[in-house]
Amino acid sequence: MFDYAPAPESRSVVTIRDSYGLFIDGEFVDPTDGGARKTVNPATEEVLAEVAEAGPGDVDRAVAAARAAYQRVWGPMPGRDRAKYLFRIARALAERSRELAVLESLDNGKPIRESRDVDLPLASAHFFYYAGWADKLPYAGFGPDPRPLGVAGQVIPWNFPLLMLAWKIAPALAAGNTVVLKPAETTPLTALLFAEICQQADLPPGVVNIVTGAGATGQAVVGHPDVDKVAFTGSTDVGRQIARAVAGSRKKLTLELGGKAANIVFDDAPIDQAVEGIVNGIFFNQGHVCCAGSRLLVQESIAEPLLESLKRRMARLRVGDPLDKNTDVGAINSAAQLDRIRTLATAGTDEGAQAWSPPCDLPQQGFWFAPTLFTGVSQAHRIAREEIFGPVLSVLTFRTPDEAIAKANNTPYGLSAGIWSEKGSRILWAADRLRAGVVWANTFNKFDPTSPFGGYQESGYGREGGRHGLEAYLDV
Amino acid sequence: MTAVSTPAPARHDLAEVGRNAATLRSFLHGLPGVDEVGARQRAATLGTRSIKTTAKAWAIDLAVRMVDLTTLEGADTPGKVRALCAKARRPDPADPGCPPVAAVCVYPSMAPTAAEALTGSGVHLASVATAFPSGQAPLEVKLADTRAAVAAGADEIDMVINRGAFLAGRYDQVYAEIVAVKQACGDAHLKVILETGELATYDNVRRASWLAMLAGGDFIKTSTGKVPVAATLPVTLIMLEAVRDFHAATGRRIGVKPAGGIRTTKDAIKYLVLVNETAGDDWLTPDLFRFGASTLLNDLLMQRSKLHTGVYSGPDYVTLD
Amino acid sequence: MSDSAAVAAAGPARVAVRKTYKLFIGGKFPRSESGRTYQVQDSNVALASRKDLRDAVVAARAAVKGWSGATAYNRGQILYRVAEMLEGRREQFVALGEPAGEVDAAIDRWVWYAGWSDKLPQVYGGVNPVAGPYFNLSTPEPTGVVGVVAPAEPSLLGLVSVVAPVIVSGNTAVVLASPTRPLAAVTLAEVLATSDLPGGVVNVLTGTITETAPWLASHLDVDALDLTGVPDPQLAVELEQAAAGNLKRVLRPAVTPVDWSADPGTRRMTTFLETKTVWHPKGT
Repeated sequence: MFDYAPAPESRSVVTIRDSYGLFIDGEFVDPTDGGARKTVNPATEEVLAEVAEAGPGDVDRAVAAARAAYQRVWGPMPGRDRAKYLFRIARALAERSRELAVLESLDNGKPIRESRDVDLPLASAHFFYYAGWADKLPYAGFGPDPRPLGVAGQVIPWNFPLLMLAWKIAPALAAGNTVVLKPAETTPLTALLFAEICQQADLPPGVVNIVTGAGATGQAVVGHPDVDKVAFTGSTDVGRQIARAVAGSRKKLTLELGGKAANIVFDDAPIDQAVEGIVNGIFFNQGHVCCAGSRLLVQESIAEPLLESLKRRMARLRVGDPLDKNTDVGAINSAAQLDRIRTLATAGTDEGAQAWSPPCDLPQQGFWFAPTLFTGVSQAHRIAREEIFGPVLSVLTFRTPDEAIAKANNTPYGLSAGIWSEKGSRILWAADRLRAGVVWANTFNKFDPTSPFGGYQESGYGREGGRHGLEAYLDV
Repeated sequence: MTAVSTPAPARHDLAEVGRNAATLRSFLHGLPGVDEVGARQRAATLGTRSIKTTAKAWAIDLAVRMVDLTTLEGADTPGKVRALCAKARRPDPADPGCPPVAAVCVYPSMAPTAAEALTGSGVHLASVATAFPSGQAPLEVKLADTRAAVAAGADEIDMVINRGAFLAGRYDQVYAEIVAVKQACGDAHLKVILETGELATYDNVRRASWLAMLAGGDFIKTSTGKVPVAATLPVTLIMLEAVRDFHAATGRRIGVKPAGGIRTTKDAIKYLVLVNETAGDDWLTPDLFRFGASTLLNDLLMQRSKLHTGVYSGPDYVTLD
Repeated sequence: MSDSAAVAAAGPARVAVRKTYKLFIGGKFPRSESGRTYQVQDSNVALASRKDLRDAVVAARAAVKGWSGATAYNRGQILYRVAEMLEGRREQFVALGEPAGEVDAAIDRWVWYAGWSDKLPQVYGGVNPVAGPYFNLSTPEPTGVVGVVAPAEPSLLGLVSVVAPVIVSGNTAVVLASPTRPLAAVTLAEVLATSDLPGGVVNVLTGTITETAPWLASHLDVDALDLTGVPDPQLAVELEQAAAGNLKRVLRPAVTPVDWSADPGTRRMTTFLETKTVWHPKGT
């Protein structure tokens, strides 16, 4: 037996304070009309820190600071200088990446291997990419002198806290806007360390403001009359509410919402890599991914052997301590999310699908769910339609390419899709027909700052990343 | 004809596959393709496993026991081979607890010397054969080479496949040669060197692996170590997937031997992780996995020493072979 | 205490270690194989021969595969690192006689080009909506080895403005430095050597343009030629004619004086790109 001994990443690389204030106008300040809440480590339920909760007055202060910085400093600043601040931040993220990765895993529950090898490099690269646009906006294809919008109010989710922060702040600042950002209530810590990095980079006060809090704080940010642009990543339900709230206002809005992506495996797929892609598609980040491949659509003629290989592969997944370098699947982010996953999994069996999980030693403390596969699923089942946002895969079959496309598209969502085939023309044909903003062929969950990301229909509108990602933050 | 990614046919069909050129070709070309980027990525991710403390100690000892300590030079002499065999029997003179290696690997002409030097040790004697490394000789010569090595005391034979025939699509010829060499081996076990660096694509590596197993090889081996591209993690991954699938189809377990370019303990441990998470536990034994190496052994010994003493070792504290 | 007394009290002045200025080829600093130097800017500077040029082209060609094969992100990171190293050496360039404002502009120019690496294909490439069931994509690719005659002045800003756009997309360069003010070029080479830029991506030859440029222009293993720094119009014509031997892509010297501090535009990058268009059918 080859037992990998415990290989814990040390926590000592990061210092977590007992309590954190709000980051407004370049400084950490106490809330005036807000409160405080605790943030816990979802793997152990240990309290990590107490974090401020911004009230409406605090949000007002933050927006005012952002407005002043926009008018007096950041708006008039030449692009090449904005670029240099962003390059400083990109480099600082790279230099302090271990510290940030450990903090991210502690606060979020994701394995350190992922925060170290995926989240942090992408976050740093995202700032590096957009830094380079700050002084080249006339070349971006939006006219000879595209102007920023002003103050952006941004609300981000808990699944990739620092990366989502990078996706929001980098393009906004590159285009010349200032921001007020609200991290998710269960994962505020890397945003607060980011604020320290802004100080380290001598970023002018007020350009970036971080207001921690929960739903009410988010609403205050989004609803503030002096915010010109709203950007939200989160659930489709909340996205709908925001879209209603900004109707008729001057606020430009972009939304990045939920998904129920189909991962389509044709009979001529490279099987071993397809199995990896399926596993990566739904178990990466515990399935807490808007673009997760949560529906496996496998061609009926190869379904049986493929499922055998898939189960064999799932049995090798290591579920456990997020800070262990050999962990593949970490903790569910919160009790609330765990509850939702359990509810839908129960619905799966109630509606007649068959659940299978590999044997898993789940820890006693913390929020955990074993990687699960449901077979015998049809389009009418809840687990085929509703976003579970957990490590649960629903397996459906198809007979012909047309049927695969029809089933894949039969959803109000349209964020992403996967295609597995060795035949290039089939891949391109399918990519043409899939109603999804991101299509992965013979791969899955691949991200790059140059590659635009965003959905069709109820998965939201607007794109993040690439040249296209600038559009949301320019007055064009 | 569209390639269909079925698993290997039912057991009773596989005997028929090698019967003629057409069926063999259809079978090999019908195997599922390998996506290169995906395969490289899987190998790279497995390479990030962190193997420390007790796991590392266990892996190092296992790796030592899996080494085929090799010398394949024109300049090999009896003196050189005797020194190698002494090292193979007792890798660390300062530590009798250090296990011996799996085998010594030499040219056929050196087999008698090695056989004598290894008497009573339990260390296997592997000889290359079949006009190693190029394989470019008439079949009779290759078979005579094999028989001579066996007669001289080799209990393992490392043959090379005919890469020219493989790349020209004459799979039946490659197959027939392996069958003939296996016969000439008698009781000796046969490792089939695919020379993956010359096969170039992962699809070819998968096909050559299956071909070698269908023809009766006991082990599939990556390389001669004599061309620029030798063993790599992704290539070994493909071969481990092949032996896994072959076992599922036939019940037979075939071994895997990466050879050439594996110099450090860190590399060796990555290979063991690959074995563990692809073919599985059963393959973590010298009977089913070997390292074709020479400099690797000393690095394993130095790492082993560091785990026991707590300080970094140096080349003066391990012996030259 | 009087000045002379203070000096006397301080002891004998420290004897400085003087720098030698050599060629930059394949990531190393060799002297000219001809053994020659010339005196300029109070120094002995290597006088490159045609054989040095030949060696530089070999080095540049050898570096193409690795540099063009690197990710755009990686090239951008390295160019940004050059800016970091250049910033650190700011005072050294000023001491050489480069105006401080020009040095700052040169650093900012590296930063500007560093940010182009991962954007150029997005701006210059794209999908073409052909009238048929085909996926049709145009991508820019680097042309290969580019010969560059750097402007005589401004010796740092002009040099940076011709070199960075060539290499950001994956080309490698053989650069003929300003003959009258070469020290900035050699010092820049030192910056490049300490920035993780692979050897051979940029090669710098000091000496006389008239001796080496004709060999560069006619060399069959050079893919493109930037004649910006050629002072004599007649020479520029002859070089362009020589370049026609293997149909090099040629950038002619500017007709009117160049404002080196202005937005450079994209021409210096796109002149040295090939566009590859690939068709792929879409069908089950």
